[in-house]
This record gives sequence, C-alpha cells and structure tokens, in this order.
Amino acid sequence: MTLLLEALCIALLMGGLFFFLTGALGLLRFPDTYSRLHAVTKADNVGLGLLSAGLALSAADFQSTGFMALIWLLVMASGATSAQLLARYQREQDQQEPPTDGDR
Amino acid sequence: MAIAEIILDATLIGLLLVMGLGTLHTRRTGASIALFAGFGMILALVWARLGAPDLALAEAAIGAGLTSALLLRAASITEEEEISIPARRQWLSWLFVAVVFVWLALHVIRLSTPVDSPSLPNLVAGHLADSGVDHPVTAVLLNFRAWDTLLELLVLLLALLGFRQVARRNQHPYDADSHPAPWPLLKAWSRSLAPLLVVTGMYLLWRGSESAGGAFQAGAVLAAAFVLLRLSGQLPVVHWSRWTVRLAALVGPALFLTVAGASALAGEGWLDYPDGMSTPLILLIEAAATVSIAVTLAFLVSGEEEDIAE
Repeated sequence: MTLLLEALCIALLMGGLFFFLTGALGLLRFPDTYSRLHAVTKADNVGLGLLSAGLALSAADFQSTGFMALIWLLVMASGATSAQLLARYQREQDQQEPPTDGDR
Repeated sequence: MAIAEIILDATLIGLLLVMGLGTLHTRRTGASIALFAGFGMILALVWARLGAPDLALAEAAIGAGLTSALLLRAASITEEEEISIPARRQWLSWLFVAVVFVWLALHVIRLSTPVDSPSLPNLVAGHLADSGVDHPVTAVLLNFRAWDTLLELLVLLLALLGFRQVARRNQHPYDADSHPAPWPLLKAWSRSLAPLLVVTGMYLLWRGSESAGGAFQAGAVLAAAFVLLRLSGQLPVVHWSRWTVRLAALVGPALFLTVAGASALAGEGWLDYPDGMSTPLILLIEAAATVSIAVTLAFLVSGEEEDIAE
C-alpha cells in the first residue's frame, strides 16, 4: 500500500514538474503574448495542482494538506485574473496599432 | 538529503544573484522593477530557508510587494530616462564594488568560525520569560530593543511627510488614459481577496506574540488590501486633510512615544515596561503600530492621485 502511495506521489510530482518545465519553455519560445499566457497559466493551474496533490499524499497531517489546497486555489484564482488582465491589455495595444508581423 | 539541500541552496543563491544583476543592468525601468519584485520573492525564500520566517514575511510583503508597487507608481509619474554612467566614473564604481566585496568576504570568513562566548540567541532565550511575549523576535523588537522599532516607526512617518512634500511640488496632470476603468473581473477578485487579506493581517498581528508575524507584516498585508481595493476603484480617494487619516498615521508612533516617555518619567527608565504590564503594553503598541504602518504604506503607494490632478 505504501509502495503504491509512493509511486502515485512520485508520478504526480513528475507530472507537476512537466507542466512547470513546458510552461517555462512556452514562455520563452512562444511567439505572442496570448500563447505565452496560455503556456504559463498551465504551470500555475495544473502544474501547481499536481505538485500539491503529490505533496498532499506524502504530507504528515491534514492541516498541511489543507494549507496546500488553499494555496493552490488562491494561486489559481490570482493567476486566472492576472492572465485575463494581461491578455486584455495586449488586445487593447493590438487594437491601437495594427500588427505588422508575427512578433510583437 | 544533503545533496538535495545543497542543490536547493545553490539554485536560490544563483537566482538571487541573477535577479539582482538583472535589476541593476536592465535599461528599461518596467523590466527592472519586475526583476526587483522577483528578487524580493527569492530573498524571502532565502530568509525562510535560513530559518527566519519573520524576515521572510516582511520581505515578501514589504520588499517584494509594496516596494515594487511604489516603484511602479514612481516610474509612471516620472519620464523614462536612459541611464548612462560616463566611462570616467565607471572604474570608480568598480573600485567601490571591489572594496565592498572584499570587506564582505572578510566578514563572511569571520562569521564562519564558531563563536564560543554565550551568544545573543542564548541571552534572549534566558530573558524571554521577563519579556511578556513568547516569541524571541517579538521580544527583541518590542522589549529588549524597542528603541529600534520606535525609530523605525518614526522613519516611516518621516518618509510619509517627505512624500507629501515631493508629491505637492511635482504636480502632475491627471492622465485619464493611463487609468482605464477597472474591469469587472478585477473588481470581483479584489472584492473576494480583500476580506482574506484583512483576516490574514489580523492573524499575523495576533500571532506575533508567540510565533512569526507582527506589526510590520500585518500592516503591509492590510495596506496591500487597501491598495488592491483602491486600484480597482472600490474605495474613494484618501485625503490627507481628513483628521481620521492623520490620526491613523500618527497613532502608532504617538502611543509608542507616550509609553516611552511615561516609563522614563514615572517608571524604571526609558522604554523599561513596569512589571506585569509588558504583555498588554506590547499588544497595544503592536496594534497601534499596525494601524499606522498600514495607513502609511497604503498612502505611500496609492496616494491621493486625483488630489494632485486638481
């Protein structure tokens, strides 16, 4: 049972790590603001969610699990809000001056 | 385990250095401020890693959060200016950096040798029972070295007064385009976040007597809640001319000075609390200081923008 739990924990942590790595890669490599935001918010939402789930499985008590769930919810909500704000700002910029090429 | 810890520490140190260098060497002010915020967050992690949660909280709330907001505000009302140091002076700055670096390196070498004499932590732990609180950091800040905290509050007050002078002199035309109408989602999020921040701030203040937390952290979190509501247009402009605002900004230093003066005149000595009165006095001072710190920081960051426009 503990072996299964440990394996699940490691799998979840690896999954979270994957989302953070790809999020960082997307932030560096994607061409425009919208797709960069798309990549980065996945790290906030899914990546942190998987990390907290993995850590919750190995947590000692319910209090730390609760803390991690709360942190995840707060980060997700603030990440979603700031992503929307950044995208909105970018759209306003785009509308002001029509794009000339792909990189902006 | 040891290797994992070394990797974590090395990563933190590397990130801290990269962020610091990036902050100094970026030409664009906005990018520099963003890097400074990142630098503050990494520094908070470093403090937490060194076992100083009080400092980590203060650094995250004040250093990374409010200072960055303050810098952003300053950048928005000043003109973008390309900073270039003449080559003649560049070697001087390198010399200065070299001297400071050598001096710091010597200190690090000295610090790494173990100290045999009864160190400061033991001294604090030995007198903790007399201090009126259970947390050594709070005992130092508000009892053993209360003088330093009193001066910190006065420095904050001076900063506020200086800000008032400068803000009045550089009257800046109000630019309606740079302040778009707050968006519904931002409004909704700030509305749900602000109560959480108030609860967190009060909690930090309350638990300051027994573990990490205290007036500065609580005040910074409350100020953040105010700034958030102010930016999303949910709160009216704070006018310095209102006496409640002035009273709130002054109550912390005033109460602290009163206690200091009363203990000097009627009691044992300057800031030497009477027996049995330590706990209520410290709580009272911390509560008043929280109000003042919150109002001062909130005023510094959000200010009275529309007043300046008139």
